[in-house]
Amino acid sequence: MSNIIQQLINGIILGSVYALLALGYTMVYGIIKLINFAHGDVYMLGAYFGYFFIQVLHLNFFIALVLSMAVSALLGMLIEFVAYRPLRHSPRIAVLISALGVSFLLENGMSYFYGSDKKAFPQAIRTIQYHIGSLQISNIQLLIISTAITLMILLTIIVQKTKMGRAMRAVSADQEAAILMGIDVNRTISFTFAIGSALAAAGGVLIGLYYNNIDPLMGMTPGIKAFVAAVLGGIGLIPGAALGGWLIGILETMTQAIGLSDYKDAVVYAILIIILLFKPTGILGKNKREKV
Amino acid sequence: MDRKHLKYTLTWALLITMLFVLIELLTVFDIIGQYGITTIVLIGINLIAAVGLNLVIGMSGQFSLGHAGFMAIGAYATALMTTALPSIYGFILSLLVGGLISGLVALAVGIPTLRLRGDYLAIATLGVSEIIRIIIINMKITRGPAGIFGIPAFVNWQMVFVLSVIVIIIVVNFVRSTSGQAIIAVRDNDIAAESLGINTTKYKVMAFVAGAILAAIAGGLRASFIQSVSPQDYTFMQSITILIIVVLGGIGSISGTVVTAIILGVLDVILQNFGTLRMVIYALVLIIVMIFRPKGLLGTTEFSLQKLLFDSGGSHDHNDSKNARS
Repeated sequence: MSNIIQQLINGIILGSVYALLALGYTMVYGIIKLINFAHGDVYMLGAYFGYFFIQVLHLNFFIALVLSMAVSALLGMLIEFVAYRPLRHSPRIAVLISALGVSFLLENGMSYFYGSDKKAFPQAIRTIQYHIGSLQISNIQLLIISTAITLMILLTIIVQKTKMGRAMRAVSADQEAAILMGIDVNRTISFTFAIGSALAAAGGVLIGLYYNNIDPLMGMTPGIKAFVAAVLGGIGLIPGAALGGWLIGILETMTQAIGLSDYKDAVVYAILIIILLFKPTGILGKNKREKV
Repeated sequence: MDRKHLKYTLTWALLITMLFVLIELLTVFDIIGQYGITTIVLIGINLIAAVGLNLVIGMSGQFSLGHAGFMAIGAYATALMTTALPSIYGFILSLLVGGLISGLVALAVGIPTLRLRGDYLAIATLGVSEIIRIIIINMKITRGPAGIFGIPAFVNWQMVFVLSVIVIIIVVNFVRSTSGQAIIAVRDNDIAAESLGINTTKYKVMAFVAGAILAAIAGGLRASFIQSVSPQDYTFMQSITILIIVVLGGIGSISGTVVTAIILGVLDVILQNFGTLRMVIYALVLIIVMIFRPKGLLGTTEFSLQKLLFDSGGSHDHNDSKNARS
């Protein structure tokens, strides 16, 4: 029994990082209907920025975390400006290919300039294990989950209470009507990319600290899984992304715990397909009837 | 009309024969070398897979990200069967069996999932392809992550050339048939198509299965040509490679697919000298082409000899569907 609870805790920790990534996917998808394949690579770059701030500039972990989020936010805006904005009125698949191009560019650019081997992420915070009964949890795990929850609360406040958040919701509901209401759509989309990228970078830095190493391809698999999480929860919905992220994290650790670790990704995809078949809009999604 | 059609067909046949003879001469006088022949074969194999994917994405408008999975089925079918039965008949049989299994898997997967739209379908097919790969990694007979080596080689460039031509002819004719036109109608507006009495699910599944069979054939050819298969060859990246050929060429344009498969094959050879920088340049090319030609190099138009040489005012059918998916 305690083993199951222990796995549940581990799953929630891993799921928090998926959730941070999934939030970026879901916001971008909600606003411009793009599967942003480069999102996982922004997460990777975020981890590298964190590495740079801690290892080279010897900054405190939290300052490094905030700085790499800020730099990644700028990077996200730059990516949107260069690779997606010129394609605003093109077929959606063209933007998708452009996103793939950005993803290749970031992965291979990093491999080219910094080498494709793994780098040890600096131990900015010393690991302390806490024992509660037979369960154990480390301070880094607590840090991951508390950071993730804090960021999610902040995001909810931004989206629900601020003017920019209202603009984001308006643009994702109906872009043309939003323009008529005097909303600067380009600025809103740019802001969405900034927030999504900052969240991804936070995930990257936290995972770097947790697993102790980073490499240029570290964003590929989590990127796909986070997208799966976003679809699972109901794409375009912020609570859905968080729910999906945690579910995928828990599922993954649970399949590992029952000895099917070779099949853990297959189980994730199988459950996704089953959910899509019964509820194509995801767990929290509402069905929209198509009008002719 | 009939004579004109004959003339048109003969011109195509002549052009293809000339291309064949040209490559033959290049190889006989050893101008392009073994490396050149390898490039030609890989272009042909990618072409077969990409034409299949174009049938799914371009013609039926269903966005599939799972092509690698079907290629893997074909590749492993050929690997296992030709190792057990090392003769040309075994090889042909293995292509047929691979195509059959792949088609059946596509049928089983397609019937439920093709109800999904756009991106949901993309993610579901991606999932299926990854599941196929994970099963292959964990099966004993497929020798796990290491893959299978020493597969008997039966593929030469002549075979791939002829097969590519046959595949293109079949697909182009299929698109012009009643079923093909129904598939295009489903792509352009599936609600309108349905209200005209077209069984949309049937035609979507038909295109999906045909695409999967072609993918399996391409996979089988590749396995026998490079004489090894491993699960790493058929990841998400392989699906993306094929997808890029289709999109860069123009979604729904078979001639675009042919042109891009050749251009990317040649580009790959040129970039080989750049080492690690190769993928960086490739990525930049992708982004730049998409920004300046968002509908692909040829859009949805087809290169047509008829228009070029014999045109006396739109006689033949020509699908001018403007906005494929917006």
